[in-house]
Amino acid sequence: MSTIALPRSVKNSVALLGDPALLIPLVGVGVLIYLAVLPLFMLLLGSFQMEVAPREFVATFKNYQNAYASQYTYSTFRNSVIFASGSAVLAFALGTALAWLVERTNTPLRLVFIPLAVVPLILPGVLESIAWIFLLSPKFGYINVALMSLFGLESPPFNIFSLPGMIWAHSVGQVPLAFLMMVAAFKSMDPSLEESAMMSGANTPQTLRRITLRLLMPTSASVLLILFVRTLESFETPALIGIPARIYVYTSEIYLAFNEYPPDYGRGAALAVGLLILSAAGVWLYTRSTREGKRFQTVTGKAFRPRQFDLGPWRWVGFGFLMVYFLVVVLLPFLVMLWASFLPFFATPNLDALQKLSFENYQYLFGFRPFWDAMKNSIILAFMSASAAMVLTSLIAWIVYKSRLPGSWMLDFLAFVPITVPGIVLGMALILLYVAFPIPIYGTIWVLLIAYVTRYIPYGMRTASGAILQIHSELEEAAAASGASWWETFKRVTLPLLRPGIVAGWIYIFIVSFREFSTSVLLATGESRVLSILLFTMFEQGQVTVVAAIGILMILTLLTIVAVFYKLSGRVGIQT
Amino acid sequence: MIEVKALVKTFADRSSDRVRAVDHVSFKAEDGRFYTLLGPSGCGKTTTLRCIAGLEKPDSGEIEVAGIKVYSSSNGAFVPAYRRPIGMVFQSYAIWPHMTVFENVAFPLRVGKQRLSGVEVRKKVGNALEQVELGQLEERMATQLSGGQQQRLALARALVREPQVLLLDEPLSNLDAKLRERMRVELRELQRRLRITTLYVTHDQIEALSMSNVIAVMSAGVIVQEGSPREIYMHPKTQFVAQFIGSTNQLTGRMRGLLGEGACQVETDVGKLSCGMAKDIPVGSEVVVVVRPENVILHTGKPSGVENVVEGKVATVMFLGEYLDCTIELGRNVVRTHQPHSLQLRRGDAVWVELPSSGCLALSAEELPIAGGIQPDTSDTKNPRLQPD
Repeated sequence: MSTIALPRSVKNSVALLGDPALLIPLVGVGVLIYLAVLPLFMLLLGSFQMEVAPREFVATFKNYQNAYASQYTYSTFRNSVIFASGSAVLAFALGTALAWLVERTNTPLRLVFIPLAVVPLILPGVLESIAWIFLLSPKFGYINVALMSLFGLESPPFNIFSLPGMIWAHSVGQVPLAFLMMVAAFKSMDPSLEESAMMSGANTPQTLRRITLRLLMPTSASVLLILFVRTLESFETPALIGIPARIYVYTSEIYLAFNEYPPDYGRGAALAVGLLILSAAGVWLYTRSTREGKRFQTVTGKAFRPRQFDLGPWRWVGFGFLMVYFLVVVLLPFLVMLWASFLPFFATPNLDALQKLSFENYQYLFGFRPFWDAMKNSIILAFMSASAAMVLTSLIAWIVYKSRLPGSWMLDFLAFVPITVPGIVLGMALILLYVAFPIPIYGTIWVLLIAYVTRYIPYGMRTASGAILQIHSELEEAAAASGASWWETFKRVTLPLLRPGIVAGWIYIFIVSFREFSTSVLLATGESRVLSILLFTMFEQGQVTVVAAIGILMILTLLTIVAVFYKLSGRVGIQT
Repeated sequence: MIEVKALVKTFADRSSDRVRAVDHVSFKAEDGRFYTLLGPSGCGKTTTLRCIAGLEKPDSGEIEVAGIKVYSSSNGAFVPAYRRPIGMVFQSYAIWPHMTVFENVAFPLRVGKQRLSGVEVRKKVGNALEQVELGQLEERMATQLSGGQQQRLALARALVREPQVLLLDEPLSNLDAKLRERMRVELRELQRRLRITTLYVTHDQIEALSMSNVIAVMSAGVIVQEGSPREIYMHPKTQFVAQFIGSTNQLTGRMRGLLGEGACQVETDVGKLSCGMAKDIPVGSEVVVVVRPENVILHTGKPSGVENVVEGKVATVMFLGEYLDCTIELGRNVVRTHQPHSLQLRRGDAVWVELPSSGCLALSAEELPIAGGIQPDTSDTKNPRLQPD
């Protein structure tokens, strides 16, 4: 006798044993509440509290008063909104232009460009900001120096330490996301919608304006929204460029409340609650708008051959745009990082500097204990969080989409909650939780592991549920009908079918954990320091060329591990 | 009027070879006629239509629409799609989801060269929607319409500009069977009323036979046969056309000799058969004798004084309501026939099959370009599991 799937056998036992079938989702709900809800509860509690971990709870609104009724409230709000909307618009405009050129026009070499456009994803946000400081700093930025000597300018044309500078440094890192989302939108558009406009007598500009752009509006709105929320939540650029420039946004205010002496946890928590509400509202609007967007879709199951616009001689303009983007935005940050890593101290590129190039920084790092500790922590954490998150989310996704056990909707919802929590808010919440709770993990890498797993559950959930939904139940049932036991079915049918999705999710979580900054910045201290935090502290101390070397090693490590894992998983028969 | 001369369109293959999707196609659809391109998927019919619409640029040839040369490879003329006097209905309808019903239909009037006043637009859109019986739904969002309504909407949008020519790309293929049947009649009625030259592309032989003035059967990028529905059905010129249109019995054999004008004798597995013949076939060459199921006569006793009679055994009998669908084993061959349901037949009964020479047609045996999907109607009866009795 073989059973098709676990829940049926579980359900059969329900009648006999009372209600243990509920145990599986209950345990899941418990884990998720512990990971995602409890910290938020502690955050909320902390924001109404006089002091951290008090002997008795004294309710107060003083924290909110400190946070939202100070002389800085307005400027912080204004900076945050300008920073977030500016970055969203810029990243969206660049991403959409790139996507349109490669997807819908006859621009030369456009197909080569598709993988190149997503390369910046590998560059951690901290490094992106540092690279742009190298390039656009008013004092020593290479681009400024070059333009000044080239055109005999009196003063540097660019200043990275400004709101436009922050917007630029942050948004170029967001372009790949906008690009990918818009490429998908262009791809999924039925070309006959445009063709029928042509057949109605509309010329190319009319078709573009009245049909193409209008059809893209719902997608555009949701892409802009997600870029806005992500910028609001980010701390890399606000930390590296904003704080030295004294341009503070919500994330930096939270960080400063924590880092001032004495730390004002209450104010930090109150600020974090505000940011949480903003970001949750953004996510809610986003999910709503994408659902609206689906309603907007036309129902066709055909494989499309998207219509290509013939740009005529303008295609060379498009080509020029692609080239400039690739050279300046994709390549230049890598090159400047590489160059700086060989310098003893930061200097403009000239013959003099050329002679000073050496491996000194790398040699220094070789004997530098904190670097090896941070590297070890980062790798271990990325490995563990990717594995733990994927195991957890695969199980949750299986319960939610296959078992149909009662209460599984609750799991689905809880697994989505962390996506609304900005990294620095989660860090704040976890501090409040583990300072108050008698679990001695505060200050160790375990609290970081909990933080990473919590943060990336929604991402793991997305890939895992995507993979699980693709497996039609009949495939498993057919295995059962062929005489396979539940375990054999799982091993020979379910798991091999799931593997590509899980591997993709694992690699993604590995990358984002390895470069994680905004949660770690509050939680990683002393011996639990990770690479991104080491970068940040050493950059603050002015060891910029060593930082460049760490950055290069960080990128290389990331590439190597991802490549090895990709190869290994490929050998066991996986194509992603 | 649509006139196409020696049209060629190639596409890049995966192996960077170029595949000829349309290979020197020429035809002419006269004013006010309903002209159909019929063929299996991949035969080049849609590509031909899209070349006429201006959505594809042909490699060579000439296209003339309503007296205007819209494409000519000899002098490089190419009128862009939006300047051609054409209305088109797409297979997916291509209804713009961000517009109301009214806005969808008004669009062609608002983007065209001559600008109309709001009152005129309103009147013309109203008329177009009346024509397709959507008058009440003007303010609905287009996506709220049912499939059949979307189809009518697409038609109204194609007609509102009063084009010289209407192009229809499998417009009924997304509808369910009942609706499809009704739309066939309505579409044809509308076309008759407006007297608009119509080019229709379909893979559905029933649609083609029931609606068209002229059918061109296409296969592998060329027109294999052109003619009225009756001609195409009754006098297929090739084995491909005989197989693709309707259901057909086929008996392979060898040409024995001529029996006079358009008649011949063929030696087949089941014996000598007298047949009709469309064109001269050399004696001794391989031929296929095709017989429509409705032309086959069954005798329960041995008839006398008739030719082309073969003894056989009833293999399957299926009750289909209107008639009996029977297959008869003739040695190694199987012949399918439709019989009135008054006939009492049982599996295994001995019968005499008469294949009247007027219903038999000898055609040169050919290698068919597409193996699958050509005989959709006969395949299931060969499956013994489907046999009801």
